[in-house]
Amino acid sequence: MSARLEIRDLQKRFGALAVTDGISLDIAPGELHAVIGPNGAGKTTLVSQLSGQLRPDAGQVVYDGQDITHLDMAGRVRRGMARSFQITTILHGFTVLQNVALAVQARSGSSFRFFGRADAEAGLNDAAMVFLRQVGLADRAQDIARNLSHGEHRQLEFAIALATAPRLLLLDEPFAGTGREEAAQLLDLMQQIKGTQTILLVEHDMNAVFALADRVSVLVYGQIIATGTPDEIRANAEVRGAYLGEEETTASGAAGC
Amino acid sequence: MSAASSATEPTAPRVRLLSRTVAASAIFVLMALIPVVSHLSDDPFLTLAFTRILVFAIAALSLDLILGFGALVSFGHAAYVGFGAYAVGVLMRHGVTDIFVQLACAIGLSAVFAAITGAIALRTRGVYFIMITLAFGQMAYFFFTSLSAYGGDDGMSLQNRSTVLGSDVLESNLVLFYVTLGTLVGLYLMATAIVNSRFGRVLQGTREDALRMQAIGFRPFRYQLAAFMIAGCMASVAGVLLANQAEFVSPAYMSWHRSGELIVMVILGGVGTLLGGIVGAVVVLLLEEWLSIFTTHWRMGLGLLLILVVLFSPKGIGGIFERVFGPRK
Ligand SMILES: Nc1ncnc2c1ncn2[C@@H]1O[C@H](COP(=O)(O)OP(=O)(O)O)[C@@H](O)[C@H]1O
Ligand SMILES: [Mg+2]
Repeated sequence: MSARLEIRDLQKRFGALAVTDGISLDIAPGELHAVIGPNGAGKTTLVSQLSGQLRPDAGQVVYDGQDITHLDMAGRVRRGMARSFQITTILHGFTVLQNVALAVQARSGSSFRFFGRADAEAGLNDAAMVFLRQVGLADRAQDIARNLSHGEHRQLEFAIALATAPRLLLLDEPFAGTGREEAAQLLDLMQQIKGTQTILLVEHDMNAVFALADRVSVLVYGQIIATGTPDEIRANAEVRGAYLGEEETTASGAAGC
Repeated sequence: MSAASSATEPTAPRVRLLSRTVAASAIFVLMALIPVVSHLSDDPFLTLAFTRILVFAIAALSLDLILGFGALVSFGHAAYVGFGAYAVGVLMRHGVTDIFVQLACAIGLSAVFAAITGAIALRTRGVYFIMITLAFGQMAYFFFTSLSAYGGDDGMSLQNRSTVLGSDVLESNLVLFYVTLGTLVGLYLMATAIVNSRFGRVLQGTREDALRMQAIGFRPFRYQLAAFMIAGCMASVAGVLLANQAEFVSPAYMSWHRSGELIVMVILGGVGTLLGGIVGAVVVLLLEEWLSIFTTHWRMGLGLLLILVVLFSPKGIGGIFERVFGPRK
């Protein structure tokens, strides 16, 4: 089999701290692979290296059989790697529609066009509306992004990622800070997208992870201590000791469903 | 689900667009009446003085394009005004009097200078960007001060104004005024188009969040550099007109004071509104005239006004107008 993404012995240090300590991982096309781990385990740092925001100290990132370790972020996005951020990263002064239309613009035609109103380009707006409808934000299209609720920000972040026409989604805690209802809505959305996309989901929310993931990897102190199906991970004693123990309530809650 | 209605154009920005167009038209029409006032009040100097104001309005407009829409605070923008002026002065000295040739040289030189210095300055952010553009601006300043063949420190007077395809129409102050006003209006329309274009959207997106732009597949650097070059070229057009207005070319046009003054104009008028830079230029230069009647410390008065405006209306004079005349929330 050929993996969509191969992570080979990735290493990253911040001073004396090995934040990514020899991570190797394969993600198959169509798979939803979750990475869980306690705060400070190095999850965001891993995503940042995969998306090209951070350079690893050693190791390789191979995407569709090509070594992209030294490719910049924009280059990776153009090849179909999309990323959402743990801390919402949107253009706050732009409208919701403009945020998504700009992502469509990035992959359709040159942006060295100095005349003609971009806001009036039906091609960009129509394509953007499709993604806004998909995430349930269509009726907020003309609002300034700053004025959205936190949950809506997460939805917008999602729509932007989808608008880049991804073949691999890197999602860094998309559920972070969402309320119960918002989380349920996002979970719905993820369920829809799952199967049509290859997804690396970094998540703290155990309910979401065990409901969605095909496979789960557990990251602790920069190392992956276990990879397996949700059931295997739940049953893994080492994982229980290192991580799930402290999340007893949520984990058992998830086991119930 | 009213997806159809939400796909239509936004109403609020459209109102703003309309009021901007009205404001711009009003300002340009008022400016066009200056020669009439000048004639009626029998004060021919007024037209020439206002030509100078229009020239700086062009320079401020060009600065707002990068400062307001790209958050690129260039502290060396006056250098491009100087390039334009020297393109006229130096070419005149060698018998090339046609304004189109002079414009082409001014724009070419500015594009090259902006490309090289911009490529270096854009590797930095914030205060460092300000300092590096300041340093490059001063480099250009000192280069022309040491150019003794062309007047050095003292600058040089021009025997004549530029010719237009062999004609000397620009010798008339009235023609020069309207040519300058026409150029200002044309460049304002061009800048407005750029801001609303695909390119302008990328520039503003980068101002908001460069990381987000990279995360959707843009490489912001090239757009910022292109904007930096466009702004420099526009400012050099102002320089070509300034040399003709003053019939004099001097390195003083490029000093850091001038660059700072351009920033003051943009901030005072309203950052990121295009029209603001134009209004700011008018206000600053008129105040300069007026305050200098009362005191030699007129810069202090100007500084005070700037502080007041920034404190009470972060969006400048344009923001005050918007609050008074704009649509109610
Ligand atoms: N830019 C940085 N410089 C220094 N230390 C960092 C930096 N980014 C993250 N860290 C540290 O690396 C560790 C892992 O951080 P992070 O990847 O954000 O963890 P997680 O996303 O799993 O919570 C933390 O201890 C954090 O303090
Ligand atoms: Mg994190």
